[in-house]
Amino acid sequence: MNIIDRRPNPKGKSLANRQRFIERTKVEVKDAITDALKRRKLGDGEGGEKISIPTRGITEPVLRPARSGGKREYVVPGNKKFVAGDQIERPQGGGGGGGRGEASADDNGEQDAFEFMLSKEEFLDLLFEDLELPNLIKTKLKSMETTQLTRAGYSMDGTPANFSIRRTMRNSLARRISLSRPSLADIEEIEKALKTAEESGDAEGVTAAKLALDQARVRAKRFAYIDPVDVRYNRFDRVPKPNTQAVMFCLMDVSGSMTEAMKDLAKRFFLLLHVFLVRRYKTVDLVFIRHTSNAQEVDEDTFFHSRETGGTIVSTALEEMLKVVRARYNPENWNIYAAQASDGDNYSEDSDRCSNLLGGEILPLSQYFAYIEVGAEATLRHGFPSPPTDLWRTYASIAPGHENFAMRKVADPSQIFPVFHDLFAKDKEHA
Amino acid sequence: MPETLLNSLAGDEKILFKGPEWDYETLRRVYDAVEEIATKELGLDVYPNQIEVITSEQMLDAYASVGLPLMYRHWSFGKHFARDEALYRQGYQGLAYEIVINSSPCISYIMEENTMAMQTLVIAHAAFGHNHFFKNNFLFKQWTDAAGILDYLTFARDYVAHAEETYGVAEVERTLDAAHALMSHGVHRYARRPKLNLAEEKQRNDDRQKFAEENYDDIWRTAQLVKETASIDEKAAERELSKIRERLGLPEENILYFLEKRAPRLAPWQRELTRIARHISQYFYPQKQTKMMNEGCATFCHYEIVHRLHEKGLISDGTLLEIMHSHTSVVTQPDYDDPRYNGINPYALGFAMMRDIKRICVDPSAEDREWFPDIAGNNDPYGTLRHAWANYRDESFVMQYLSPRLMREFRLFKVVDDAEAESMVVDAIHEERGYKEIRRSLARQYDLAHHEPDIQVRDVDLAGDRCLILTHTVHDGILLDEGNTKAVLEHLSELWHYGIRLEETDVTTDKILKTHEVAAKH
Repeated sequence: MNIIDRRPNPKGKSLANRQRFIERTKVEVKDAITDALKRRKLGDGEGGEKISIPTRGITEPVLRPARSGGKREYVVPGNKKFVAGDQIERPQGGGGGGGRGEASADDNGEQDAFEFMLSKEEFLDLLFEDLELPNLIKTKLKSMETTQLTRAGYSMDGTPANFSIRRTMRNSLARRISLSRPSLADIEEIEKALKTAEESGDAEGVTAAKLALDQARVRAKRFAYIDPVDVRYNRFDRVPKPNTQAVMFCLMDVSGSMTEAMKDLAKRFFLLLHVFLVRRYKTVDLVFIRHTSNAQEVDEDTFFHSRETGGTIVSTALEEMLKVVRARYNPENWNIYAAQASDGDNYSEDSDRCSNLLGGEILPLSQYFAYIEVGAEATLRHGFPSPPTDLWRTYASIAPGHENFAMRKVADPSQIFPVFHDLFAKDKEHA
Repeated sequence: MPETLLNSLAGDEKILFKGPEWDYETLRRVYDAVEEIATKELGLDVYPNQIEVITSEQMLDAYASVGLPLMYRHWSFGKHFARDEALYRQGYQGLAYEIVINSSPCISYIMEENTMAMQTLVIAHAAFGHNHFFKNNFLFKQWTDAAGILDYLTFARDYVAHAEETYGVAEVERTLDAAHALMSHGVHRYARRPKLNLAEEKQRNDDRQKFAEENYDDIWRTAQLVKETASIDEKAAERELSKIRERLGLPEENILYFLEKRAPRLAPWQRELTRIARHISQYFYPQKQTKMMNEGCATFCHYEIVHRLHEKGLISDGTLLEIMHSHTSVVTQPDYDDPRYNGINPYALGFAMMRDIKRICVDPSAEDREWFPDIAGNNDPYGTLRHAWANYRDESFVMQYLSPRLMREFRLFKVVDDAEAESMVVDAIHEERGYKEIRRSLARQYDLAHHEPDIQVRDVDLAGDRCLILTHTVHDGILLDEGNTKAVLEHLSELWHYGIRLEETDVTTDKILKTHEVAAKH
């Protein structure tokens, strides 16, 4: 008999088959992913996704008897009340009822939908597949840096709090040994010798001992136990350290003019940005701010799903964002990212205020601020560009001179990724 | 009381292991103890054993490729993997404690997560129970080549990989999909050739290919000639055609075999892929026919062995209880009206029948003596069982050994569901009048020939458009499932390249009840 440990064998023997399966069902899987994307929350960026696809295309047909018709017999266990000759109602739809022996036992792969889990990588790969996921790692973003005190050896001066006893004593000991400074024990020994000499009346011994004692005392006095040259202090340097926490603000216009399709576009953009940030930062907080003619911070569900009526005053959202930053996210400690989605409508009197808030206050605080203008497909497909919206004009005036501000128009889900890529490409050109 | 105390004291010294942790040393000690009981007391005769420790991930992998340790690549295995994984991760489905492979040496996979008690159970169950059955049952002896299967699978995997490189993954998948759809009709049901020697397959491959190609070319050419002469002498032409049919080997129930040998336009590599699917199907054919006996045999063996281990003081009470806990859940048979009911549990019935045989051998009742005069009271339970394991399959085993007592215990009853009638009828129950009928009907339920449709390649339209004609012999008016049949015929025409017609013919009246047709695609 052999016992073999197969555990170290490479895992994932089925991986190749799994990839083939996903390849085969790509169309269905992609549809399912699009659905899943609508359900998915931004905060879910990390996990895989359970998806369900129709079995069409992945059935493995076999020649087998039909489920009904003809004369069949079954032997089943657990008779409680029947005697020979009893009539039993035919069970509707099979299962459970009397006499579905073999027929239900060989039921495999007959479901209408096939459910399985996609891993995070598979999900992202498929999600971005026709969008050609760029190498996000290479994109260059200015990271906010903080400093941290790091040990950096010893120094000759410093505060008493940083006094290094160990290092100082080590220096002192080395110096005392090298200069042959008599130790207390040495002196005591000479004193003892002197005493014995005196008691025994050895005059010569007494003289010699006295001389030795004098010399030792002089040496001990001349060379200090701890000399200023021995003294050392722990030294700390301030080392710049990339910040590992980021906060992402999602600002969106939720007034009546924003349709579900527009919100879906915005959501995709937010999702991408979130996935991107999660890859770079240890923690990413999400703040959702929606606005109509006034703004409020809400949770994700409300953000995407509730409808509001009212006018549109964009500056309220910017103010709300500033308020949240001041209250919770100190720019010294947090990398601040913001993405704003709007259809471009704004109360015309509000334009100045917006540009002041954005250019004067928000952009200096933020790592990056992206504005995407979502539009209905029709308006952008005419062949001539539609006139720029109020908000677009306002923001366009700020854009020059602000490296960390970008704005794009998106009309179709397929544009989301190119736009995203464009925004985060290494050598980006400004609009 | 003092006696049990004494036993447990004595047992403590002999005991093989304590606690749930296992290590290789303990596995070996337990294996030796189990082997002692299995071979000396139960008289089991097994292939050399190889026990392989794997992780749960690897167990999932093994599930996906129909339990075989190596397999060629195919998307359907990925599909099964995806489903099993989803079920497992969400906790709907546990993993098997073991997988055992009918090969020599007999490979048993055991999971690292198992406790030592479970490993003991698995060794007794798989390494001895299943192993004995594989080595001794006549179907396995006749149809499978335990020593050669791993080599053959290696060959198959490499061949498929090579074909994929040469002809493209998509092309290979199309052929394999088609072959897979026909796998259940890719077996020889009756012995007509000596046992397959899978190891020699590869060497014979080239010669056979060449011969077969020349052979069927000839047939098609002759058919063409006959067609031309038909205008002159119809009768002679008909005679010629029937001769050619004979040379084509018609009728043929092994559809994959027929395609492999006779399909006119298959490339050699496609023939080989068809052949691979057919061999794998044939390899599993005995397992399909003996599922209940095989599981029953393994369960009975582990039950006897662990009890002997306990009696000999080699395992503790706690270990026995842990083993019995999982044993009980394996052999549970829910009633027909229980939501968990999913047919008759092969473990439950197999185990119960074998325990019952043991009882009949050592402690028969008057009824048993009447029903089983040849074995009742023969006091050789293990010999009797070894005989049954070697010479029966599920169907004949039930027919021979299902006792009235067991039918009462399971409260078996037979229901007849005639689509013509308004409701179903309870035809027989566990009583004097019903025993024989229930036994006959249950045996039939286990007969593959009964629940797999009887389909044969009957004819090829030799003089016409080369349409392949299949016949489904319809018993009891049970037709084929429409959607599945259509899809399978599509696959079939992929391999045959011409049209397909499947006629469903009633067995008693010879009337054609239904016809499925797929037109030629090429």
